[in-house]
Amino acid sequence: MNNKLVNWFKFGSPQSFYPLAGKMIPWFWALAVVFGIIGLWISFFVAPTDFQQGEGYRIIFIHVPAAWMSMFLYIVMATWAGLGLALNTRLSGMMAQAIAPTGALMAFLSLWTGAIWGKPMWGAWWVWDARLTSALILFFLYIGFIALQAAIDDARRADKAGAILALVGVVNVPIIYFSVKWWNTLHQGASVSLTKAPAMAATMLWGMLIMALAFWMYSIAVTLMRVRAIILEREAHTEWVKNLSEIQGEPK
Amino acid sequence: MNWASPAEFFAMGGYALYVWGSFGVCAVLMILEPILVRKRQSSILRILRRERQAEILDTQ
Repeated sequence: MNNKLVNWFKFGSPQSFYPLAGKMIPWFWALAVVFGIIGLWISFFVAPTDFQQGEGYRIIFIHVPAAWMSMFLYIVMATWAGLGLALNTRLSGMMAQAIAPTGALMAFLSLWTGAIWGKPMWGAWWVWDARLTSALILFFLYIGFIALQAAIDDARRADKAGAILALVGVVNVPIIYFSVKWWNTLHQGASVSLTKAPAMAATMLWGMLIMALAFWMYSIAVTLMRVRAIILEREAHTEWVKNLSEIQGEPK
Repeated sequence: MNWASPAEFFAMGGYALYVWGSFGVCAVLMILEPILVRKRQSSILRILRRERQAEILDTQ
């Protein structure tokens, strides 16, 4: 068997992933903070005032990153859940469970900032257009996933049930993404796409991309923190957990 | 630089409620989430330390 394959499976076990995640967390926090500071600086001090929306458009610097992360995290969550279902690996279900609350937070933030942006620009907090409705469904899918897993006592069965829900829900992600093309929506079309030049000023674009990186690093950091707690909760009665240096010593 | 004074910055060209309403909620939640996760971690660690201590007392 080749070396890479062995390492891959090694870090796929909760026992080896727990200390690895612990080492990675401070780095991702550092990156999140650095990108966050640069991103906020550009958002407020470098990016010019929009000629149509004035200063109100600055909501874009958190609205778009939150919306991107809510979709991206769902794909990652469903991928882990699917891996768990197919390969029956212990860590996969824990990863999916660790991602869900952060994904729900991102989905909530995209809805919240969207509503607060819609009010001054469209004159309405909410409309039932395809983009908004499918984004709301994404939020409900996260909540459903969390609730379903919480309702099942046996962790492995909870993982399986959650995985099926997560995989079925994946169909919603392309619907969100293409909703502004497929239907007439009040929500504007994509400002940034892979196939054509972005329809916005360069400094605005950079601000948005750097804020997206900050949100991304934040999501990784907080997910790794949560997966460590989940690993301890689920593996509480294994020998390796009992031998952890964090467990040794007097209880506080 | 976009702003002549701090007051102008906070006013956000009349969009203060909307801009700060979204950045504010975002900041609060992104500070709260890691605090809650940290609590979860320390609570499971506390339980595990207690269990280990109980096991040691049992064997004595």
